[in-house]
This record gives sequence, structure tokens and C-alpha cells, in this order.
Amino acid sequence: MSAVTPEIQRISGMRRFKDKGVQALVYLAFAIAVVPLISVLWMVIANGLARFDMEFLTHSMRNIGARDAGGGAYHAIIGTLEQVALASLISVPIGLLTAVYLVEYGANGRLKRYISFFVDIMTGVPSVVAGLFILAFWILILGMPFSGFAGAMALSILMLPTVVRAAEEMLLLVPNDLREASYALGVSKWRTIVKVVLPTAFTGIVTGVMLAVARVAGETAPLLLTVFFTDSINNDPFNGPQMGLPLYVFDQAARPNDTAIDRAWAAALTLIIIIMLLNLAARLITYWRSPARKR
Amino acid sequence: MATSTQTREGGSAPLSRSAFRRSRGDGPFRYASTGAGILLLVIMAAIAVFLIARAIPALQANTASFLTELTWNANASEPKFGIGALAFGTVISSFLALIIATPIAIGVALFISHYAPRRLASFLGYVIDLLAAVPSVVYGLWGIIFLVPFMRGPSQFLNDYLGWIPIFGGDQVVGRSMLVGSLVLAIMILPIIAAISREVFLQAPKMQEEAALALGATRWEMIRMAVLPFGRPGVISAAMLGLGRAMGETIAVALIFPATFTISFEILSANGNSIAANIANGFGEANDIGRGALIASGLVLFIITLLVNMAARWVISRRKEYARVAA
Repeated sequence: MSAVTPEIQRISGMRRFKDKGVQALVYLAFAIAVVPLISVLWMVIANGLARFDMEFLTHSMRNIGARDAGGGAYHAIIGTLEQVALASLISVPIGLLTAVYLVEYGANGRLKRYISFFVDIMTGVPSVVAGLFILAFWILILGMPFSGFAGAMALSILMLPTVVRAAEEMLLLVPNDLREASYALGVSKWRTIVKVVLPTAFTGIVTGVMLAVARVAGETAPLLLTVFFTDSINNDPFNGPQMGLPLYVFDQAARPNDTAIDRAWAAALTLIIIIMLLNLAARLITYWRSPARKR
Repeated sequence: MATSTQTREGGSAPLSRSAFRRSRGDGPFRYASTGAGILLLVIMAAIAVFLIARAIPALQANTASFLTELTWNANASEPKFGIGALAFGTVISSFLALIIATPIAIGVALFISHYAPRRLASFLGYVIDLLAAVPSVVYGLWGIIFLVPFMRGPSQFLNDYLGWIPIFGGDQVVGRSMLVGSLVLAIMILPIIAAISREVFLQAPKMQEEAALALGATRWEMIRMAVLPFGRPGVISAAMLGLGRAMGETIAVALIFPATFTISFEILSANGNSIAANIANGFGEANDIGRGALIASGLVLFIITLLVNMAARWVISRRKEYARVAA
């Protein structure tokens, strides 16, 4: 009988070892995942600051030779802001209406299931395919020129599913009591949606849209195929090639000399600052205006 | 998103069906929202239709077999191009990325859902999500400037000591190899796999977890018995979504891959290319047939990713408990 106790302890020692071992592996996995993030951010900041100055933010690359120092990304910043704004203008109304359909009108019909399924599938469409689609449809078949607007259309295809899902989430969170109270007062359905449901979900939707914008602001491949390149400032997104910050990074990174690499890092820093600001703003809005959500 | 684990209150209640008379203005609004939903379906169909429309002329001008030809001379007067080497590179590099990323992503997901202090968990989740916020082109820049030189040593080490394993073999080890490209892909797909796995692990039945602990299970035994079996389909689906993401990833690999047209499993040698990288690298100098050829290759990529994504969604939708996890 006396042998029982030590035996149990021996097994429990093994079990404790496994438990601690797995715990160590899990901690290690997290550490490994954070290393590239720190490395990327550190290199972008350390290398980007070298050229992150007023000249960089206010000048284009016009008349800057391949080996010259100087030059900037003003044309790319303008391009990115215009393209992203246009992409939001296209995708937000469509995405919002689709979400309204899915939540308020769909009523578990077949069409709702199809749309819901294809929204999921659409999140998986590679960005380069979205670019090729606009290239084939808008530029090659309709004969339109390369332009910021074409890029915005490609970006909006990538934004759409994110906007739909975010808006759908938020509309589902609106309590049914609010809808029923509105119906009980004799308010019609569409007015209930516009005046009661959407305002209640508003902050959440804004957050979702900003995260979607942050996601597409860094997309390069669709711009490459639809906006093309330019070294000059082009303020008109509907006419002629533009530039975008991600494109600018890609363009400069592929050049072999150090001045170009410095510009690439500075542009990467600018891009990351824009994206992080959008992310931060989105988080702050949810943090401040979360309508009685418990976690 | 943080909200995806919550219970839903709203949605299509019985009332929204047609419990009351339609009033003026409701019709147009209903049609507009239905129309927006249908537009989404139309866009998906249009992507396929227009890619096919532009691919056909180039495929007809092709003097080699599109499926088996290894080279890509689409701009020549006698265009010869094929998807073979590119599709091979896409699949191999994506699977390599998946093999690297999945175990780490599962560890990260477990860490956030079951190990980290609860107050820190959502913040740490946000840190991992930041990995997804870094643009692809920045990873590409980081890859060629930092990771390529950095990986020379480890690659040489693998070749010297593990060279007898075919994938680490080869006579010349290069910096811009398939391994480095796959590493960058792994970093880029890690956050999506981790995020979905985390959501699934968080939804594991609390009663079973507590029952396991109450019976004296250690934390790992509890996870093995209550969390992992529940989460397995979700993790598989997450990995497949990550695979789809890796296959479509363009700019980072366009900067890193050596853009060769070879079929070889030697991941340390100068092999490595993908459909997406070839589109980004080849578009600038492509003529009319060349663009059509690139569009044809994009169509292949679209179909592959579509199938992978559909399979992933199918796996996840079979389980009712996972409703809305992958949103």
C-alpha cells in the first residue's frame, strides 16, 4: 500500500512536465510571431526617418534622375488619398445597402444565402485579380485610360466584403425592441431603418469602414495594373496615370541605388503612419462610443 | 472583430417578414438594398466573365500548350507561354508558408484565448492583428533589404548539414530563394489563421473546460480534451483561408522571388515564382498579347483561390457552433 503514493507523484510529475512544456511552447509561439512585427516596424522607422522631411512630403519625383538624391512622395500621397476616398465613396453605399438587405429584408431566403456566401468568397479574391478585372473590363474593353478612378474601383472590390460584414455585424447588434417600438408608432419599415437602425449602428459602421480603408490603403497590386506609374503630380483621379504610396514604395524598392531605397523606406513610413492613424481612430471610436457592449 | 463572439439580438425577426402593410417609400428602399446585394453577385460573375473574355485571344495566339509549357514569352512575335512553372511555384510556396505559419498561429491563438492574463488578452490580440495591418509592399521591402541577407547564413547551414534532404539540396544557395519568400508569406498569413483560431477556441464549451479542470486535468490536458477537438474544423478552415491568402499575395513575393521558370523542390536554390508575382513583374513591359496572357494566368489564380476559399467556408459552415466565426 505504501507504494501507491510515490507512483501517483511520478505520473503527476510527467503530467506537470508536459503541461509546462506546452505552456512554454505557446509563449514561444507568441514571441516568434511578434519578432517580425517589431523588426519590420523598427526598420521602417529607423530607415524611414532619414528621408522623412518636408522636401519628401511636398515634392514629387518629376525631373529626379534615377541616381539623384532628393525628390519626394507628394504625388503619391495625393494619389493614395484620392484613390482611397473614391474607393470608399463607391463601396460604402453599396456595402451598407447590401448589409441592410441581409439583415432587414433578406428573411433567410435563397438570395440572402447566396449573397452571404459570396460576400465570404469575395474576401478571398486576391487583390491582383481585382486589379486584372478592372484592367480587362475598364481599360482594355471599354478603352478607358489608366487613372486613379480605375484604381479606386479595383480597391472598392476589395473593400466591399469587409464593409458588408462590418455593417452586418453592427445592424445585428441593434436590439429588436427599437425596431418594434418604431413599428408600434406606425413608422414605416424603411424610415425605421434610416432613422432608428442605422443611427444606432452608426459608430460601429464607421469603425468597420475605417478598418476596411486601412486595409486597402496598403494594396499595391491592383494599383499597379490600373493606376500605373507617374513621377509627376496628377491631381485629377479621372484622367491619366497617378501614383500611390504603395506603388511608390514598390517602384523605388526595385531600383538598385541607395537614394531610391531611402525614399522607399520614407514612403513606407508615411504609409504605415497613415494606416496606423486610421486603425487607431477606428479603435478609439469603438472604445469611446461602444453602446453598452460587454466583453 | 471583437464583436463576433457575441450573441445576436437583432436580425430578421418575424416582424420583418411582412407583418405590416408596406408604406410609401418602402419599395424603392427595398429595391435599392436588394439591388446592391445582387450587384455584388454580378461583380463576382463579371470578374470571371471579363477575365475569360480577355484571356481567350491570348490563349488562341499561344503557340505552346498553356497547361504544360514552362517558359513565359508572351510578348514575342510567336507567343509561347504556359502556367506550369508558375502554378507549381504558387502552390509550393503557399504550402511551405502554411506549414511554417500554422503551428505558430495555433500557439498564438491558444496563448491569447487560454494562457494570457485576461486583461492583456485583447491588447495582445490587437498586436497580432497589427501584423496584418502592415502593407504587403512593406514586407517586400523589409524582405529584400533585411531578410534576404539575414537568411544567407541559416540557408547555408541548412544546405551544409541537411543537404541530404532533397528540399534543402542544391549546389548553390542564394538569398532570394523560395524559402525566404515563403517565410514572408508565412508572416503575412499568420494573423488571419491566428485570429480565426482564436475565435474558435474562445467558443469552446466553457462547461466542458471547467469539468475537465474540476476532474484534475492540467491546463494542457483540458485544452487537449475540450478545446482542440472542438476547434479542429475551425483551425483547418482558418489554415485554408490562409492558404488562399498566400496564393494571391503579390507584391512582397514579386520583390523577393528570383522569378525563374523552373520546377524544382530545392527551396534554397534560385527557384521560386508565382502567378501573382509574374503578373506584377511582367505587366510593365507586356504588349497586348502579353497582357492577355497575364490575365489568363490571373484567371487560373482566381479559380484556384475560389476553390480553396469555398472549401474553407464549407468546412466552417458544417458546424453550427461556428456560426459567424469567420466573419
